[in-house]
Amino acid sequence: MEFKTVLSFCPYCGCGCGLLLEVLDGKIVGTLPSKTSPVNQGKLCIKGWTVHEFITSPNRLTQPMVRQDDALHDSSWDEALHLAATRLKEIKEKHGPDSIGVLTSAKCTNEENYLLQKFTRAALGTNNIDHCARL
Amino acid sequence: MSTKIKEAVRALLTEGKIKGFLGLREEKGNIMPYLFCDPKELDALSLGDWKKPGDTRYPLNQLMIKLAMAYPNETFAVLIRGCDERGLKELFKWKQLDEEKIVLIGLGCPDELAKACECEKPFPDSLIDGPKGEKVDSQKVAQVEGMDLDTRLQFWKAEFNRCIKCFGCRNICPMCFCNECSIEEDQLVGTGEIPPANPTFHLARAIHMVGRCIDCGLCEEACPADIPLRTLYKKVGEIIHQEFGYKTGLSVDEKSPFNIIEVK
Repeated sequence: MEFKTVLSFCPYCGCGCGLLLEVLDGKIVGTLPSKTSPVNQGKLCIKGWTVHEFITSPNRLTQPMVRQDDALHDSSWDEALHLAATRLKEIKEKHGPDSIGVLTSAKCTNEENYLLQKFTRAALGTNNIDHCARL
Repeated sequence: MSTKIKEAVRALLTEGKIKGFLGLREEKGNIMPYLFCDPKELDALSLGDWKKPGDTRYPLNQLMIKLAMAYPNETFAVLIRGCDERGLKELFKWKQLDEEKIVLIGLGCPDELAKACECEKPFPDSLIDGPKGEKVDSQKVAQVEGMDLDTRLQFWKAEFNRCIKCFGCRNICPMCFCNECSIEEDQLVGTGEIPPANPTFHLARAIHMVGRCIDCGLCEEACPADIPLRTLYKKVGEIIHQEFGYKTGLSVDEKSPFNIIEVK
């Protein structure tokens, strides 16, 4: 028997609200706002309150998938990355780097966002990069 | 202050009288709900005082219901303050928890907290540690009552207008155990808009707090819009006392106004 709360952070937006996941025998059964988080001070919005519901959703991706003929197929990281790299390269060569745009996310860390803008500007060669918070 | 409580819990665990103790644990500067099953873990026990007394209270009774549903045959102890004890009495009455399976570990609140809460009874009957403080009358209710009707309606409508409909007041409430919730019903309050139907949304919840709200104040603490929900529900409690002579959470035997209506 084990019942504990685990401190985590809301993955929905860039605020970084602290939340507690209620874990009963290894399964997440609820969410509570963290009262010791300096960011949200014991409060959450409706999205944060329902984090435990999407964590266990069967609709979540658990592995890379590749779309072929309008249907998604299970894939491996190697295959999926290879395909993405090949297609991006083809598009860049055929239509120029500005034919590609990249959208990054508030749910990533600063470091991940930095890396993606570096990749976009240095590797893809375009300034077409923006952030989901501006969509 | 936690020594007496630790001793009491250690004895219960060692003697095998309880399977676990639902309390609060301090971990890397954070205070979080935790089920203590091993007496050795009790060093990390917290009573919910972080920067101020009682500023890290969590709805332990709500977690207790989840635990009891998973382990209906086991006995657990739970850390309770005066308000939590009132809550347990109602939850026993509403058959959400079995009185035989819960051991109450009572903690009295210091004056500072009792005053901030304007608490009716800032200590539980099953007091193990902490002070046996005095009742504090509510000035906040009196203050709102001091306004004339029009001003009062405008006051509440302005407060409710800030609602971002996070359902935090409902979610954190240790007394909200219904499977279906009226404030999510489109036919009753109208859904899909922010702020939600004003004042229907908040008044619907206030009415459902009849005989339920034990004035723990967790709703107001969880409200991102700082709506004075506690003042509203305190008034609900006052009306119920005046009209039905009922004080929520005072005894396990006394029937709640909802039950009285059902019998009639």
